[in-house]
Amino acid sequence: MASADNSTMLKVEDLHKNFGNIEVLKGVSLTARKGDVVSMLGSSGSGKSTFLRCINLLEMPNSGTVTVNNEVINMTTDRVGEPKPADQKQVERIRSKLAMVFQSFNLWSHMTVLENIIEAPVHVLGLSKAEAIEKAEALMHKVGIYERQHYYPAHMSGGQQQRAAIARALAMDPDVMLFDEPTSALDPELVGEVLGVMRGLAEEGRTMIVVTHEMGFARDVSSDVIFLHQGRIEEQGPPSEVFTNPKSERFRQFLARTRD
Amino acid sequence: METVIDYSPAILRGTGVTIFLAICSLMVSMSLGLIAAWGKLSSSPIGSRVANSYTTLIRGVPDLVLMMLIYFGLQRLLNFVGDYTGLWGYIEINTFVAGFVTIGFVIGAYMTETFRGAILAIPRGQIEAGIACGMSKSLIFRRIIWPHLVRLALPSFTNNWLVLLKTTALVSVIGQKDLVYEAFTAGRSTRQLFTFMFVVLIIYLIMTAASQTALGLVERRYNVGVRRA
Repeated sequence: MASADNSTMLKVEDLHKNFGNIEVLKGVSLTARKGDVVSMLGSSGSGKSTFLRCINLLEMPNSGTVTVNNEVINMTTDRVGEPKPADQKQVERIRSKLAMVFQSFNLWSHMTVLENIIEAPVHVLGLSKAEAIEKAEALMHKVGIYERQHYYPAHMSGGQQQRAAIARALAMDPDVMLFDEPTSALDPELVGEVLGVMRGLAEEGRTMIVVTHEMGFARDVSSDVIFLHQGRIEEQGPPSEVFTNPKSERFRQFLARTRD
Repeated sequence: METVIDYSPAILRGTGVTIFLAICSLMVSMSLGLIAAWGKLSSSPIGSRVANSYTTLIRGVPDLVLMMLIYFGLQRLLNFVGDYTGLWGYIEINTFVAGFVTIGFVIGAYMTETFRGAILAIPRGQIEAGIACGMSKSLIFRRIIWPHLVRLALPSFTNNWLVLLKTTALVSVIGQKDLVYEAFTAGRSTRQLFTFMFVVLIIYLIMTAASQTALGLVERRYNVGVRRA
C-alpha cells in the first residue's frame, strides 16, 4: 500500500456545519495522503455522513476549508449569510475529481448500467463516446457486472447496483473516492461482494474516505480510523492502535456494542 | 348525410382551427406551467407568492368568464391605456389570440400543479448523483430532471391536454370559427343540429383517441427502466 508518491490528496480543516441551530460538526479535520483509506466510524447522528457530504459540498460547510489535490475550495456567503461556493465552476471541476458512492446507490434509473457509467465522462469530462465505452467495459469487468451492462438498475440486485455505482465513480478517474455507508442498504449476503470490490480498490492504491459500520473492513483495510461522536473526533489513528488500545471511553463502548 | 358532405369543407376548416388553437394553447400553458412550478418551488418568497396567486385565481374562476373578460375587457383596457398615454393606436384583440391566451392561462394553472408534483416526486438521490459527478445545473436538468419529469408528469399531463382540447370549444362563444362554431352554423341553417353535433362528437372522439394513443407511446418510452408493479 505504501506509495512512492506521498502527496496529500485531501485536507479538511476545522469543518463546522449547522442545520438551523443544531451544530452537527464542531470542527472536524482530516488529512488523506495518496493511497490512504480512512474509515469513519460513529453511531448514527455522530455527523459522519454530513462530514462526507461537506467534502464535495453536497452540504455547504459553515466554516472550515476543504483542499483537494492542493486546491482550496473557495467559499463565500449569500445574502442571508448562508455559505455557498464562490465559484460554481471550480466546485463542479473539483467534484468531478471526488467520486461519491451512495448508501442507496443512486444509479440513474432511466439509464442502463453502461449509460450510467459513460454519462459523466462524456458530458462532464468531455470524453468521446467510444473512449468512454472502452473504459466502461474495462471497469465493468473489474467489478464483475460486464454481463449486466444493458440492464436497467431496477432489474438488478442491490449488490450489482452498488458495484455498478462504484464503476460509475471509477470512470471519473477520481483523486479521492467518498463512500457513504456503501453497504448499509444491502441484504447481508450481498455485503461481501461490494466489500470485496472495495478491498481491491484499496489494494491498488486508491485514496478512499469510507463512512461505514463494517468493523472488519475498517480494521483490515483502512490505513486510518476516525471515530466521530457528537460532531467531534473522539479517537483517531491506525486501526492496529485504535482497535487494540482505544484511548477514548466512548470508542471503547462503541466497540463493545458492535463487537459481534 | 349529403348535407354533412356539403358542409364538410367548413367542418374541416373548423377542425383545423380547433387543432391549431389547441396547440397554441398548449404552448402557452406548458410555458406558464413550467415557470410557475419553478416559482412555487423556488426559495424566493416573491416567486412563490406570484405563482400561488396565479393558480389560486385561475383555478377559482370559470373559463368562460375569464375568456370574455380577456376578450372584451383586455381590449378596452389596452385601448384606454393607449388613448391615455398616446403610445399606441386602436388595438383589436383577435378572437383566436384571446382564445389561446385564455385557455393557455387556464390550463397553465393545472400544468403548474402537474409539473410541481412531478419535480417533487423525483428522488433526491438521482439529482445528488449528478451533482456529485460535477454536472452543471443545466446538464442535470437536461440529462436527469427532464426525463424523470416527463415520466412523472405524463399521466396528469395527458389529462390536462384532453381537458384543454375540449375547452377550445368555448371560443365559439366569442365568435372564433372553430369546429363547434362551424358545425353549429351548419346545423342551424340546415335545421339538422343533431346530425352536425353528432359529427362534432365523432371528430372530438377521434382527436382525443389519437392523442391518448400518441401520449401512451411517449409514456412507454419514458418508462423504460421502471419496474412495473
